[in-house]
Amino acid sequence: MAVELKAPALREYPVVPALQSDAMKDVVSYVANEKIQEAIGFPGKLDEGWQERAISKMGDLLGKYRSLRVFMDACVHCGACTDKCHYFIGTQDPKNMPVARQDLMRSVYRRYFTTAGKLFPRLVGARDLTRGVLDDWFRYYHQCSECRRCSVFCPYGIDTAEITMAGREILDAVGYGQKYSNEIIGKVHRIGNNLGLPGPALRDTLLGLEEDVKDETGVDVRYPLDEKGADVLLVTPSADFFAEPHVDSLIGYGKVFHAAGISWTLSSYSSEAGNFGMFIGNYEQLRKIAMRIREAALELGVKRIVVGECGHAWRVAYSFWNTLVGIGAGGKDPFAIELQRQLDPRHKQPTHICELTWDLIERGALRFDKDANDHRTITFHDSCNVARGSRMGDAPGGQFEIPRNIIRAVANKFVEMSPEVTRERTFCCGGGGGLLTDELLDLRIKGALPRMESLKQVVDNHGVNFMATICAICKAQFTKVLPYYGFKMSMVGGVHQLVSTAIRLGDSH
Amino acid sequence: MNAASYAFAMLFYLAVLVMAAGLATRILTYWRTPAPLKIPTTPAPVTSAGVGFRMAREILLFESLFKSNLWIWGLGWVFHVALALVLARHLRYFTEPIWPWVTLLQPFGIYAGFAMVAGVLGLWARRIFVERIRYISTISDHLMLVLLVGIASSGLGMRFIAHTDVIGVKLFFLGLMRADLHPLPGDGLLYVHLALVAGLMIIFPFSKLLHAPGIFFSPTRNQADDPRERRHIAPWAEQLELRR
Ligand code: SF4
Ligand code: SF4
Repeated sequence: MAVELKAPALREYPVVPALQSDAMKDVVSYVANEKIQEAIGFPGKLDEGWQERAISKMGDLLGKYRSLRVFMDACVHCGACTDKCHYFIGTQDPKNMPVARQDLMRSVYRRYFTTAGKLFPRLVGARDLTRGVLDDWFRYYHQCSECRRCSVFCPYGIDTAEITMAGREILDAVGYGQKYSNEIIGKVHRIGNNLGLPGPALRDTLLGLEEDVKDETGVDVRYPLDEKGADVLLVTPSADFFAEPHVDSLIGYGKVFHAAGISWTLSSYSSEAGNFGMFIGNYEQLRKIAMRIREAALELGVKRIVVGECGHAWRVAYSFWNTLVGIGAGGKDPFAIELQRQLDPRHKQPTHICELTWDLIERGALRFDKDANDHRTITFHDSCNVARGSRMGDAPGGQFEIPRNIIRAVANKFVEMSPEVTRERTFCCGGGGGLLTDELLDLRIKGALPRMESLKQVVDNHGVNFMATICAICKAQFTKVLPYYGFKMSMVGGVHQLVSTAIRLGDSH
Repeated sequence: MNAASYAFAMLFYLAVLVMAAGLATRILTYWRTPAPLKIPTTPAPVTSAGVGFRMAREILLFESLFKSNLWIWGLGWVFHVALALVLARHLRYFTEPIWPWVTLLQPFGIYAGFAMVAGVLGLWARRIFVERIRYISTISDHLMLVLLVGIASSGLGMRFIAHTDVIGVKLFFLGLMRADLHPLPGDGLLYVHLALVAGLMIIFPFSKLLHAPGIFFSPTRNQADDPRERRHIAPWAEQLELRR
């Protein structure tokens, strides 16, 4: 395929783009093969009778998820969400407008599950579930990063991410899954992380890191693996082990633990914070993957579970772990009590690495040479799942303040991007939700447009040369797409990369 | 008593029945369907009192819509507030003696009718002229607006152009409520008005008007942000735990 991918032009005044029907019709994610599907318990391929199975799966989900049930009915087609999705803004394909994406399913829902749609399909926009409709589901439910931006702006809080998840769940149930996500889920079960990095390789990598940090700082900072009796189990996205710039944040976490004198460990069994079960909307996968963390915590006997810089992982950890596997407080069932007995109730379980670091900073337990970051003028990109699907600290909005507080504590030059596109209004990087795969690169480049526009403003006006973020997917996505917009890929990095640059490791000589 | 009076009496009994039964079934379904995961759109309130406050802001002020689009917000809000006033004003046809606060609202209620029409027409114009909204509109979206404009303008017509016998109308409805039928004044405009209202009531539980009960059940708005402090689990999900 020799199509040259180009970034859309940055718009000086972001106006709502005109519609271009079917603009993204040909950008389709790869379909999972039988082996990938069956490895995680889904039918191998689309077989006879898929239509009935899809409808019955939909009925099943309508009974299990209030979100889906209510969202299918409640939309009034007011249009308030139509211009809120980065994929619509970047691609102009009308089916990437949140409500239109929902309508791909709503039209089918109306046909099979509502009186009006059964009697007067044309009147209410109801359609049979044909192969064409199913293909559109596959296409456009893999052009949504489940970022929840639309849900902020909908008068009924309709979250298209919930619909996308249901859509993918139905597709999986009829043997029409996405290669990228399902292959990765298979790897977690087989090897323990999304990248398929086996234990020995992980150990080597960590030893290498220890040497690098020693060379650089003269201090023996440890990156322990599988150490029973450590206080903290750190679960981090596996990209942190080897990808650039991710690894610099991992180095940073280690330095924080070192400087604060906290004993910690990684786990080879559970060497992945990411949980693609959420992307495919499958509760059982979500739970199975989270269960690995619970098992590792019990096995290693830790008192605290800390999660590294990863957006959707933090949403799963913060919002879902307690539900899924009882990591958290307040459970009165034997399942949850077992874990609570072991974990230290004085800490929030789980804790985000930024919560841990900020808490140490507030208590004066860490010291920094802020000047060490003076070559950087920093801005902060709020990652969608952290911003709109989780929290840090005690007060709502802590997920915005805490990372910024850390940046201000470790660096002198910090600039905000426009309030229209940060905090709860942040735009997705363009690669989240199971779309970080090469065949979708065109979509990813276009989806990054709104973020690139706001970045350009602070680059031009304030000389920003570093965009910090706390998500492995954001980091990977930006590293890839920044160059298409004329920026250097090294502009993006983690918050703990900044911490790493400035932190004083007490015993250094 | 003429045939039309009987027909309208039956129509309204039917409409009330369909609307009440339909809504009750729908609400019961929403109520019974569990929300297995904590999915409030954050930042979200951390207490249930906070959630109540958030919901109140959504329902009374359309907070999210305000963040989203000032046109839709303005038109939509004016329409809904006007509708509420108009409905309140109409209580005078169902109560004897009329409640004092309804009497107090009377003058506002009348002019609210105009605001209602203005709001609906504005929204309709957007539906027709804004490309994105035109793209997502179905025939039923337009018909709903036809219905609303029809109801409001026939009502205004009776107030300002061809007065109807309001005393007669009131007697008819009070009679309906006591199963003691009285004749309905024979007035074309009134027939149109009442037929459209009954129509709206009948389609309520089968249409997008379900947004009204729906918002109360929207998990992204009605959940407190406290997943680390309280374990939240759906019955069907609990079953999974028994398996291992
Ligand atoms: S969740 Fe995000 S990507 Fe999906 S439709 Fe909404 S705004 Fe677009
Ligand atoms: S904002 Fe909500 S109600 Fe309005 S069109 Fe979008 S999803 Fe539907």
